[in-house]
Amino acid sequence: MIEVQNLTKHYGPLTAIRDVSFSVAPGEIVGFLGPNGAGKSTTMRILSCFMPASGGTAKVAGYDVFRESMEVRRRIGYLPENVPLYTDLRVAPYLEFVAEIKGVPRGERKKRVADAMDRCRIADVQNRLIGKLSKGYRQRVGLAQAIVSDPAVLILDEPTIGLDPRQITEIRELIKSLAGEHTVILSTHILPEVSMVCSSVVIINKGVIVARGPIDSLVEQYFPTARVEVEIAAPSPAAVRDALRVIPGVVSVSDLPGSDGIGRFVVESSRGRDVRGEVFQLAARQRWDLRELRRMGMTLEEVFLHVVAGEQSEPEAASS
Amino acid sequence: MKIWPIFKKEMRLYFTSPVAWVIMSVFLFITGYFFYSIFGYYARVSMQSAMNPMGGSLNVTDGVLRPLFSNFSVILLLMMPLVTMRLFAEERRSGTIELLLTYPVRDGAVLLGKFLAAFALYTLMIALTLLYPAIVWYFAPLEWGAILTGYAGLLLMGAAFIAVGVFASSLTENQIVAALVSFLILLMFWVVGWSADFAGPSLARVLQHLSLTEHNESFAKGVFETKDVIFYVNFTLVALFLALRSLEARRWKG
Repeated sequence: MIEVQNLTKHYGPLTAIRDVSFSVAPGEIVGFLGPNGAGKSTTMRILSCFMPASGGTAKVAGYDVFRESMEVRRRIGYLPENVPLYTDLRVAPYLEFVAEIKGVPRGERKKRVADAMDRCRIADVQNRLIGKLSKGYRQRVGLAQAIVSDPAVLILDEPTIGLDPRQITEIRELIKSLAGEHTVILSTHILPEVSMVCSSVVIINKGVIVARGPIDSLVEQYFPTARVEVEIAAPSPAAVRDALRVIPGVVSVSDLPGSDGIGRFVVESSRGRDVRGEVFQLAARQRWDLRELRRMGMTLEEVFLHVVAGEQSEPEAASS
Repeated sequence: MKIWPIFKKEMRLYFTSPVAWVIMSVFLFITGYFFYSIFGYYARVSMQSAMNPMGGSLNVTDGVLRPLFSNFSVILLLMMPLVTMRLFAEERRSGTIELLLTYPVRDGAVLLGKFLAAFALYTLMIALTLLYPAIVWYFAPLEWGAILTGYAGLLLMGAAFIAVGVFASSLTENQIVAALVSFLILLMFWVVGWSADFAGPSLARVLQHLSLTEHNESFAKGVFETKDVIFYVNFTLVALFLALRSLEARRWKG
């Protein structure tokens, strides 16, 4: 649905993005991740036909964003960063304007507007001035204008920024409900959001794509081992360490930082092998007190920190 | 061309915010005062001339409405930049231009929609001043043909003013800068006629021809001349063309 090839954009001497390539399949929700200033918004502005690229090509729904911009614009819903809205208009007339300009036929307009307001839960403020609405409501009005024409592709730049936790959950649910019939690309720097909403991610840093693919396979690619956190109270922590090391499949055993001598370890084993049972059996056999046994989830956050910082970050530091 | 939705949106913005109301009130207040003093002066003069057997013939169209129309052009010169400054500058400042220009609508349609909305507001403003000739008409017979010509001239001149304002607004995201730039351009095209007095004969004609208000004089006299119509239409088109270029600049800049 979205094909981006070698996209490059310069602002004067500054290069915002360089050789960005990725593609999004129909019905997919893709998270576009990166630290602030990485080039997320630039890419989205190019995809939404707001400005042209300096080089490379981008196709949305099969149309080139530069040469067939009108065709692309008919098929997208765009929510820019900071949700620019006309503060002097009321919600319902504003959405009717958007529906009309996006070519929704006259007979369907009222229904589509009502539908979008329902989905975004803004029907109760439809006669209020947009300027008088709270941030959460404005965000939802912004989302409503993106979906009012029922576009094939949604381009959402930071759709949940500045919302309270409940609103964030609501917006996420809404975006998830759009999957399947719509193709969604959303940018964010809130990582848990991505794991919850998106099926795959594109990670961009300093204008260059550093990782992309389904979340699970990315995690596997960057963290090929499974990790288990173990706390065992025993007379000699060194003996415990040695005993853990010889469990089949264990790749390495290391002390958890800050656990000098208490007997807390991270046991790494090859992925797909769960050593927790053996650790328990070992402790039981040796009559050691097994106080904690926990599998450590390798999350997108660790992958993100890993590829963006370009350094191996300790998982325990990242997952807190 | 999706001019209509843009036009409707701009009209809504003018009228849900206080802008349109304030501008119309201020305009009517100022022109109303001008009308009052000109009409009062004319009444005194005509009373004196009635008592003076040597007095020439007086005419309300020449004595009241012509000076009034000339005054209109000065007031409009000051006020039209305030009507148009918002059109693009505000969209840029608030970022709504990013959404507007990613809707399936051509830049030209956006431009024309905005231009026509400002022109509609202006037409309404001008139409409300028909009250003044109507008051005169209550007391004395009027040459309505001449008055309608005067109004046609005002509409044409207003279109030119608005086009300049739209262009200025497309240049900046600051409304005050937009207003000042359009004021400066309009003022230059107003006073350019004055320097005709010092210029050589051929240059003087060119300078006089360029003057925005000079062309309105014949309309105010009730004379409908094709060359004046063409001047205003051309002026409007050129300014709109420049505005379109300035809108499209984002496509090749940077």
